[in-house]
Amino acid sequence: MEGIKGKAILGRVAVGKLFYYKKEKRQVRRVGDADPGTELHRYEDAVRAAEQELLGLYEKACREVGEVNAAVFEVHRMMLTDEDYRDSVVNIIEGQRVNAEYAVAVTGDNFQKLFSSMEDEYFKARAADVKDVSDRLHRILSGQEESHGLLEPVILMAKDLAPSETVQLDKKKLLGFVTEQGSLNSHTAILARTMNIPALVGVPVREEWDGHMAAIDGETGTLYVDPDPETLALLEEKQACAEEKRRLLLELKDKDDVTLDGKRIKLYGNIGSVADVAAVLRYNAAGIGLFRSEFLYLEKNTYPTEEEQFAVYKQVAEMMAGREVIIRTLDIGADKQAEYFALGHEENPALGYRAIRICLTKPEIFKTQLRAIYRASAFGTISVMFPMVASVWEVKRAKELAAEVRGELESHGIPFGSVSLGIMIETPAAAVISDRLAREVDFFSIGTNDLIQYTLAVDRQNERLEEFYDPHHEAVLRLIEYVVRSGHTAGCSVGICGELGADTALTERFLRMGVDELSVSPAFLLEVRERIRGTDLR
Amino acid sequence: MLVKEFRYTITDKIGIHARPAGELAKLTKEFQSRVKIRAGEKEAAAGRLMAVMALGIRNGQEIVVTAEGPDEERAAERLEEFFRNNL
Repeated sequence: MEGIKGKAILGRVAVGKLFYYKKEKRQVRRVGDADPGTELHRYEDAVRAAEQELLGLYEKACREVGEVNAAVFEVHRMMLTDEDYRDSVVNIIEGQRVNAEYAVAVTGDNFQKLFSSMEDEYFKARAADVKDVSDRLHRILSGQEESHGLLEPVILMAKDLAPSETVQLDKKKLLGFVTEQGSLNSHTAILARTMNIPALVGVPVREEWDGHMAAIDGETGTLYVDPDPETLALLEEKQACAEEKRRLLLELKDKDDVTLDGKRIKLYGNIGSVADVAAVLRYNAAGIGLFRSEFLYLEKNTYPTEEEQFAVYKQVAEMMAGREVIIRTLDIGADKQAEYFALGHEENPALGYRAIRICLTKPEIFKTQLRAIYRASAFGTISVMFPMVASVWEVKRAKELAAEVRGELESHGIPFGSVSLGIMIETPAAAVISDRLAREVDFFSIGTNDLIQYTLAVDRQNERLEEFYDPHHEAVLRLIEYVVRSGHTAGCSVGICGELGADTALTERFLRMGVDELSVSPAFLLEVRERIRGTDLR
Repeated sequence: MLVKEFRYTITDKIGIHARPAGELAKLTKEFQSRVKIRAGEKEAAAGRLMAVMALGIRNGQEIVVTAEGPDEERAAERLEEFFRNNL
C-alpha cells in the first residue's frame, strides 16, 4: 500500500479503481505559406463552433452546479471572443502566412504566460482558463470530437483537469478525482466542491497506477494506492456512514416540520446574502427567520441607497413567494465594522455603540432602510426586527420611526404591505422585561449567541474562555423559557435564530417550552427537521 | 471634448476577477464612448476582458475610470453604478 498526501478539496471518501486520464497531446504543426484568407475563415468557423460548445457546457453546468459556478464558461466564451486574443491570431495568420492552428497555439501560449507570471494566486490560476479555451479551438481546428467517456465507475487521475473537462465527465461514473496540478482556488476545485465529488490536488500521479484499486480519504487529504484490507475497511465504513446519513437527510427535503404528536413548527432559514436563498428553497424551509441586512452595508464604501436596498429586499421577497422573510435591521458595530460609519475605537465594543443604538441616534440611516423594507413588502411577506434591544423606550422610538416611514410612503402614494414588527431578545435586560416588551411587538426572536455571552459575561471570541462558555447553561435556558412564556401571554410568537436553534440536543427542550419557530443556517435545516419529526411532545 | 472620469476603490475580496470583468466588457460595449481603466501606471480598455484581467486589480486598489465620447456622461454613470454594485 502506498499513501500519498495531497490537498483535499472536499472532506469525503471515495473508493474505486484508478483511471489515468491522458490528454491527447497537442501537436502543433506549423504550416508555412498558407493562404491567409482560408486560414482566417477556418479560424472564424472554429470560434463559432467553440462558442456553441461553450454555450452547451454553460447550460449543462447551470443545471448541475448552478448559475454562479457555470459562469466560468461564460468567461471562456468571452475570452474566446476577446479582441486582443483575436487581434493576435489574425496578426500571426496574416503576418507570417501560417495555419490557424499554429496562430492559435502561439497566441494561447502568450496569454497563458501573461497570467502565470502574475503575482496574485487568483490571476495566476486563470492561465488554466486561457489554456482550456485555446485547446478547445485547436481541437476543433484539427477536426476532433470531444471525448470524455468513462466506461466504468472510476477514480480519475490526471496531471491537470480543466473546468470544462470536470463538468463534462459523467458524474454517475466519476467516484472522485486526483490531480497533480491545480489549486484549491481553481475553478475545477470549486466545481468539484459544488458537485460534491471527493477530490485531491497536489498528488504526483503516476501512469502505472492505472487500473489499480485506490481510496481517497478527503478528511486527511490522502490517496491510498492498493490500500490494505484494514485501511479499506476503515474508509469504506467512514464512507458508508456519511452516505447513509446524507441519504436519509435528503429524504426529508420536502417533508413537513411536524412533531410525532402533530404539532407544526415553523422551521426557517438564516441568510446573509441573496445567494443563500437558494439553499433555503432547496430544503424547503417555511421562511427566512433571520435576514442579516449587514452585508449591504459591509460590502460598500458608503451607505447603501434606498434603491439598492429595495432591490435586494424585493428580490428575496419575490424568491420566497409569499413565505415570511424576517429582515433584521442594521446590526453593525462590535465585530462587524464598516469604515464609513466612523464608529471610532471602543474599549468594549460588545457593550458599545452598535445595532439599534446606531439606528436611534442616526435616524436618517435607519429610516432609509425602513423605507426600502416597507416598499419591498408590497412584493411578498416581510417582517422586520430590531436587534440589541434593552429597554422599552427603544422599541417605542423604533416603532415611531417606522410609523413615520409608513406615513411618508402613504402621502406619496407608494404601496406597501402589512409588516409584522418584532425584536431580537439578546440582552439579559430584554429577556427579563420580556413581559413588558411583548406588549409592544408582534414577535420575539431570541439571538442566543449574544444572549449567552451577555448572560455569562463570557466573550465568545476569547479562546481562553472556551471552557466557561456554556451554551447549555441553566441561566440561559431559564431566560429562554421565561421569554417564551411572557411572549405567549401577550400573544407574541417566539422564535430562536441564534446558533442554539440548530443544536439538536436542545430541540426537544425548546419545543416543550413552546418555541414557535426555529431559524437555522440552511446547512442544518435537514438535521433539525429530522429532530422535530422524531419528537413526541405528549 | 471633456473626459468623464471617476475614482473607485475595489471592495471585492478577490479584485476585478473573471466574471465581473466579463460583465464589465459587455456593459462597456453598450456605449459608443471609449472607456478605459487605469490602475497605477497601467491602463486597459474596459471592453477587453483579457487586458483588464491582466491589470491584476486587487481588493483595496484604487482605479480611475475614464469615458470619452458622445455618451460619456451616461457611460460613466452606469459604470460607476456597476462598480459599486459588483466590485
